[in-house]
Amino acid sequence: MEKLSQEQVEHVARLARLALREEEKAIFAEQLGQILAYAAKIRELDLANVEPTAHVLGLTNVTRPDEVRPSLSQEEVLQNGPEVQDGYFRVPRIVEEG
Amino acid sequence: MALAGNVSKGVDLSRWEIVIGLEIHVELLTDSKVFCGCATDFGGEPNTRVCPVCLGLPGSLPVLNAKALEYAVKTGLALGCEIAPFSKFDRKNYFYPDLPKAYQISQYDLPLCRHGHLDIEVNGEKRRIGITRVHLEEETGKSLHAGTSIVDSPYTLLDYNRAGIPLVEIVTEPDLRSPEEARIFLEELKRVVEFAGVSDVKMEEGSLRCDANISVRPRGETRLGTKTEVKNMNSFRAVQRALEYEAARQVAVLESGGRIEQETRHWDEAAGVTRGMRSKEQAHDYRYFPEPDLVPIVLTPEQIEKWRQELPELPAARRERLMREYGLPPYDAEILTTSRKLADFFEEAARQFPDPKMVSNWVMGELLRLLKAEGKELDQVNVTPARLVGLLQLIRAGTISGATAKEVFEEMFRTGQEAAAIVERRGLQQISDEETIRQLVQKAIAANPEAVESYRKGKEKAIGALVGQVMRETRGKANPQLVNRLLLEALGKPGQ
Repeated sequence: MEKLSQEQVEHVARLARLALREEEKAIFAEQLGQILAYAAKIRELDLANVEPTAHVLGLTNVTRPDEVRPSLSQEEVLQNGPEVQDGYFRVPRIVEEG
Repeated sequence: MALAGNVSKGVDLSRWEIVIGLEIHVELLTDSKVFCGCATDFGGEPNTRVCPVCLGLPGSLPVLNAKALEYAVKTGLALGCEIAPFSKFDRKNYFYPDLPKAYQISQYDLPLCRHGHLDIEVNGEKRRIGITRVHLEEETGKSLHAGTSIVDSPYTLLDYNRAGIPLVEIVTEPDLRSPEEARIFLEELKRVVEFAGVSDVKMEEGSLRCDANISVRPRGETRLGTKTEVKNMNSFRAVQRALEYEAARQVAVLESGGRIEQETRHWDEAAGVTRGMRSKEQAHDYRYFPEPDLVPIVLTPEQIEKWRQELPELPAARRERLMREYGLPPYDAEILTTSRKLADFFEEAARQFPDPKMVSNWVMGELLRLLKAEGKELDQVNVTPARLVGLLQLIRAGTISGATAKEVFEEMFRTGQEAAAIVERRGLQQISDEETIRQLVQKAIAANPEAVESYRKGKEKAIGALVGQVMRETRGKANPQLVNRLLLEALGKPGQ
């Protein structure tokens, strides 16, 4: 597979909120292309009769009963917050992007 | 730019067909969250119902709440859906701090339930609205915006107490043909979900929310027009109003030669308009992929059947039965099934009293009137079905009049005392003793010669003054039928 287009790299970078320099875009276009090409090898197999894999463990129906368990204290919850205020996490204002 | 509110007025919609599909989110009534053991009750302090799982801390792992799964499937069953024998969870990725993980655990291509329907009646016409899917996902946290609006707020505060509460998303087919129909659908959906016992569906508390997709097309056209998505509607009435506005706005745009932008629009309740959110990124790119932290769900036909059997009678069936078993008119059956609690209340009382229509009248009349006036729910007040029956028996036995009964009911509603005790304590027993009443009737006749005169001249209504006099004398306690009968006996037919 050839490398990704500049637009594709910019798109995925934006989705991941990464700011890339121009030379980085070129590097990632190349590298991401290689990764996709590697994964695309699976297309060479005939998978017409193979169920898509939903999970690799093969387990199903792992559930827990509906029982309340203790939560963390507010102090513990907030202790890794870069900014907190009145028991809340405080973040820069949210701008809806779609 | 948003259109002014009055632009939508005066638009002729008759040449246009409105097409609406709804997306409804309902919080399920579990004790703990969907993937962790944090409590789902309304906690006073922010960020006190939070643990490493719903905070998305590294190394934590979600485990599915069995009850949430059961309730999601029951929601689907109540809506006539097929239940998937194999289902899985997916990650919906987006950057928005209402979920701390930067993704929401949801379901994408293999939802729990599909292909259902809900029947409604719109202006006497039966309509079947298709349900595309019902899936299980997690609720987001609450954002508080400082400042006057989301746009000019300098920062946002986040409370994750609600994050991770189990949520079903119900998506309808674009089968709805008017804003009114959309509102009626929502009202019926609310009843179904409440009857099924899977949610308390309080729209004002946010446990039921609705977004709408709406487009218009010329009548006869089979292709769909470009749709907009309308959000931020906080009541069923708001849904109808917002969609009425939006349909008229779209028609106005199209009739003036413009085209509809596919976009998300917010309903502004105060201004009565929808406003487009300027979005740079039109197409959402959520990059769904299978949630590796949760294993798939496999449901056997036996398990699904067991849950189906456990479902209580749903509103439509209950309405039918109330009409059949108690001989109620459709209107009564409709009102009494607005909630399961109300229907239960009626039935429990009706089983103990020989006149179901009388029970229905009291439930729909005085009970609902007082509940509404006090802004209370049925389970917050002291009136029980047995106490209502106690009151009705007093009316039936002639111990109190209907008018007195309303007074007694009000006191019973507030204090929870038995009707008989209230009547006894306040001396409200109706006077049904013939001799006593006859004397009062004679007294009234003697004291009101003018009324008697005009009655005798054929003015039947004049008798009212005489009845009134007897009632005043007895402070409303005289048996009105008896007063009437004895007055007529004493006066003879009018005009004689």
